[in-house]
Amino acid sequence: MKRSKMMELGVGLFVLAGILGMVFLGLRVSGVGFGVPQDTFTLQANFANIGGLKSGSRVAMAGVTVGRVSDVSLDTEWLDARVTMELDDSLEGKISRDSTASILTSGLLGEQYVGLSVGGDPEMLEDGDTIRDTQQALVLEQLIQQFVSNMTSE
Amino acid sequence: MIHHIVALGRGTLETVSALGRAVIFLVQAAWGVPSREGWHLWLRQMHFIGVMSLAIVLVSGLFIGMVLGLQGFTILVDFGAEDALGQMVALSLLRELAPVVAALLFAGRAGSALTAEIGLMKATEQLTSMEMIGVDPLRRIVAPRLWAGFVSMPLLTVGFSVVGIWGGYLVGVQWLGVFDGSYWSNMQSSVAFVDDILNGMLKSVVFGLVVTWIAVFQGYDLVPTSEGISRATTRTVVYSSLAVLGLDFVLTALMFGELG
Repeated sequence: MKRSKMMELGVGLFVLAGILGMVFLGLRVSGVGFGVPQDTFTLQANFANIGGLKSGSRVAMAGVTVGRVSDVSLDTEWLDARVTMELDDSLEGKISRDSTASILTSGLLGEQYVGLSVGGDPEMLEDGDTIRDTQQALVLEQLIQQFVSNMTSE
Repeated sequence: MIHHIVALGRGTLETVSALGRAVIFLVQAAWGVPSREGWHLWLRQMHFIGVMSLAIVLVSGLFIGMVLGLQGFTILVDFGAEDALGQMVALSLLRELAPVVAALLFAGRAGSALTAEIGLMKATEQLTSMEMIGVDPLRRIVAPRLWAGFVSMPLLTVGFSVVGIWGGYLVGVQWLGVFDGSYWSNMQSSVAFVDDILNGMLKSVVFGLVVTWIAVFQGYDLVPTSEGISRATTRTVVYSSLAVLGLDFVLTALMFGELG
């Protein structure tokens, strides 16, 4: 009886340790929160070139993450990239119509994200609206090409 | 000439019939889900297969995490990207190393023991005697072991990952001086719970099933002599290792490749 109880205790601790490990992996390693999924609203923007942006990339305003890219597709009408973003609900009705969306890079070789900078128009963007003023991603090859052609023309 | 063709035919038939026996065996044994009276049998196997494997799995995890930290640091520091160490350690552990290495250790530690144990039961005709007195050896002997392996493997893999990430932290942050905050925040921004952690767990569930299945079947199906037991034990380790590595490629292609 004594031995059997010890064994049950051992197995119980083993399973408990496994569950705690899973919680650790979830919270500490992948950074999952237990909060309910936040309400979001979507904005869209067309870019001439998105560089390495992909679905899941972050959207930041003044460097603070406020949402993420939910979809990237090719706009067949204009033949440019159409980026759909899900933004924090609390920002709905606070982003003016002339705001700029630009694709920025964190660090020199880091991943790319969308940076929003707010304009001064009193009219605000609603759910599903499109940001008109966009700035495409910096593509290193194009920069080098420009630099070289400037050098040779001088 | 005819001899060779006959040998080829016999070999094929034997392989196919062994495969068929193995599948029928698995289906019949897996039917014996631990019931109320079978509970203590399952518990005993959980203790032997799971708890007793914990030490080797955790120690290996710690060392693999520490090696990843050290190797990753020396490579990443050349690019000035040592802040990405956490991400590298966590992703390589969660996606590949933890499920695979834990399964290989599990095959060596628990699989071989299962084969030898059941093989000796067969050689000493304990299994036949059980049938004589109306006890189904599949339900009493095989099913608890199969289910214990199936449940233990993911738990061992979680332990391996956690200890490995901690080992990478010890070497990277405590010893080599990577900034503490960037180790964890880079990890959190790149590890996805479903894509990385749950897929890794899914791998370990599959490996647990395959390794225990091979081990138990090899024990049940061996030639009941001392030589037969030694051969079956070797086969268990060899087949399980090959199956784990081969299946890992297939699962990786399905989960992380462009196929999915």
